[in-house]
Amino acid sequence: MSQVAWIIPAAPLVAFLAIAFGARRSPVASGWLTILGVLVATVVSFVVLGEALAGVRVDQTYAWLPVPSGPAFPLGFQVDPLTATMLIVVSTVSLLVQIYSVGYMHGDAGYARYFGFMALFTMSMLGLVLANNLLAIYIFWELVGLCSYLLIGHWHERPEAAQAAKKAFIVTRLGDFGFLVGIVFLFAQTGTLQVSALANLAASGGLVDPALTVGILLVFAGAVGKSAQFPLHVWLPDAMEGPTPVSALIHAATMVAAGVYLMARTFPILEHSPTALTVVATVGAFTALFMATMGLVSTDIKRVLAYSTASQLGYMMLGIGAGAMAAGMFHLVNHAFFKALLFLCAGSIIHLVNTNDLFEMGGLRRWRPVTFVAMTVAALSLAGIPPLSGFWSKDEILGAAAGVHPVLYLAALVTGFLTAFYMFRAVFLAFAGTSRGDAHAHAEPASMTIPLLALLVPTVVSGFWGAPFLGNPFGAFLEGYGEGHGLAATFHFDVAALSTLLGVGGVLLAWAMYGGGNLHRGRAVAARVRPLYEIVANRYYVDHVYNWVAGRLVLGIAWLASQFDQTVVDGVVNGIGTVGVASGATLRRVQSGQVQLYAWVLFAGVVAIAVALVLPMLTGGRV
Amino acid sequence: MPSELPPLYPIGLQHGLVLGAALFAVGMAGALTKRNAIAILMAIEVMLNGVMVTFVTFARHIPGIDLGGQIFAMFVLTVAAAEAAVGVAIIITVYRLRRTISVDQADTLRG
Repeated sequence: MSQVAWIIPAAPLVAFLAIAFGARRSPVASGWLTILGVLVATVVSFVVLGEALAGVRVDQTYAWLPVPSGPAFPLGFQVDPLTATMLIVVSTVSLLVQIYSVGYMHGDAGYARYFGFMALFTMSMLGLVLANNLLAIYIFWELVGLCSYLLIGHWHERPEAAQAAKKAFIVTRLGDFGFLVGIVFLFAQTGTLQVSALANLAASGGLVDPALTVGILLVFAGAVGKSAQFPLHVWLPDAMEGPTPVSALIHAATMVAAGVYLMARTFPILEHSPTALTVVATVGAFTALFMATMGLVSTDIKRVLAYSTASQLGYMMLGIGAGAMAAGMFHLVNHAFFKALLFLCAGSIIHLVNTNDLFEMGGLRRWRPVTFVAMTVAALSLAGIPPLSGFWSKDEILGAAAGVHPVLYLAALVTGFLTAFYMFRAVFLAFAGTSRGDAHAHAEPASMTIPLLALLVPTVVSGFWGAPFLGNPFGAFLEGYGEGHGLAATFHFDVAALSTLLGVGGVLLAWAMYGGGNLHRGRAVAARVRPLYEIVANRYYVDHVYNWVAGRLVLGIAWLASQFDQTVVDGVVNGIGTVGVASGATLRRVQSGQVQLYAWVLFAGVVAIAVALVLPMLTGGRV
Repeated sequence: MPSELPPLYPIGLQHGLVLGAALFAVGMAGALTKRNAIAILMAIEVMLNGVMVTFVTFARHIPGIDLGGQIFAMFVLTVAAAEAAVGVAIIITVYRLRRTISVDQADTLRG
């Protein structure tokens, strides 16, 4: 089955095409087509994972664009542990989100369009994971970006959604441009874009510094944009304007993780550049801490989750930058499941109360007990409480960070504490106490409840795949991809104990402040540190700076350019036109229509010629 | 018979050329200054005559061109007759349309 792994992205593609060319007239059929397509992809993905676990490796490449004088651009796919793992994550989460969407998007005017784009997204993401060269990855990379744009702007008649879609597209484009430049640069340096060939060159000394570091850091720029790392993190919170299942699939589990996956895929290149590793780890750690602090003050449940996502993606980057690629990937897998679950839970309660504002929720455990349990378990997993999945991967990353630099370790630890606090702040605000808004009971469709329960399973158990007491099967599975420095991270009891204590501490602090569903304690703390609170609540004014840059600087330059265009460039063009018109207007006077005048001119001309001919004769050539 | 007698005044090349140039200049002046279209037509005939005189003069005084000048003069004569016919026809048409044959008035082609 691995030989024909291209079926995996092909199935949702067929669904998308069927919806685009006809089925969209029937919303119900569109929904089912997408679910069917993704189901096929999921089943095949599991078969492929089984074969990969049994040791099957496939790497097939086809010539795509022949170049007259040079190597052809290839397209191809590979099946290796990294791909097989990602296939499972993407297809499973996508399948459950599609099922959830049937209930969540019920009655939406753009129902068929929504499912069409979801199918297109799933195809692109699966293709990205399967692609074995940077060019193909880039093609799918742009496709997922496009789908992200289309789905964030699903409710495009709302200005905020349209703005958020544009913002997401433009901000990620900054990073994508770096990625594209990096691809061109690496191709110019080595003549190949096959990841395996580049890895061999890096290992054998065919690709050396500074080209190696420059190339991989340009690729990392793409990952920074897609994975919402500082300083290109600003689009992710706004992307929450999209439908919640979209946030769950694209902006929590898969597309934003594509940046991390890209760094894991190129890890055999990355690991040969200590500078690049340091940059990746530093950006990751900073983003993790930076975004976690913003999660502390947000009152929008989806934005809390968005900050948390960017923060956790920073964690994964930190793991990869610290050389523990397997740990980063492990966290990616676990995070995909529990964060998708958290988003679907958020969707469930938003569906109930029709608001994103945590301060208007409260007491929701009465109406949504299943959601309450699921969200609590997922939040515990995110907080890194054993034995849930988040604990195992987070611990590996912490262990790796501790081995690189104490500052990174400290940042990761503080982030863990903050994560536990803000997640349970959200949980308590939503579910504890009594209702502060106008929640009224109405039943939830089964299609929304079942995915919650289904995602609970991996949230609880996926961590054991990499659990040290089972010999870390996940680490062993990825072993050998890249030479690896501490690839198979060892279990440090002290690290685990410390991080668990901090996680529990965060939960308890959240309970102390928000446990009763009261807001006054939190408000009192906020009032005491008002200036700090203001800075964080305004997202460190990063958006303001960008707006200033975009609004004043760019528009100022644009104004100057426009003036130059209108006066100088247009002036030249219009000037030429004016000269033509004016000279025509002058010369037309000559055309008096008086035949005799023409004759006079003719005569004068003949006389002039005659004089010119005769004068030299008379003077003997001397004028 | 005339060739046996000496000419009263020897008529040389210059006489013919001066006469031709004078006729041409007179015709030119008329063509450029007259407003009446028929007068202009007549002036052009005078200019043509001047040209023909020049041709014939050259034919008589330059050895080796035989009757070329005379033949050319005959052509000019023929074409001038045709031109006069066409010219007068145009003038009649213009007169019918505009009730005048003053060339000052015929300026519809003014730019």
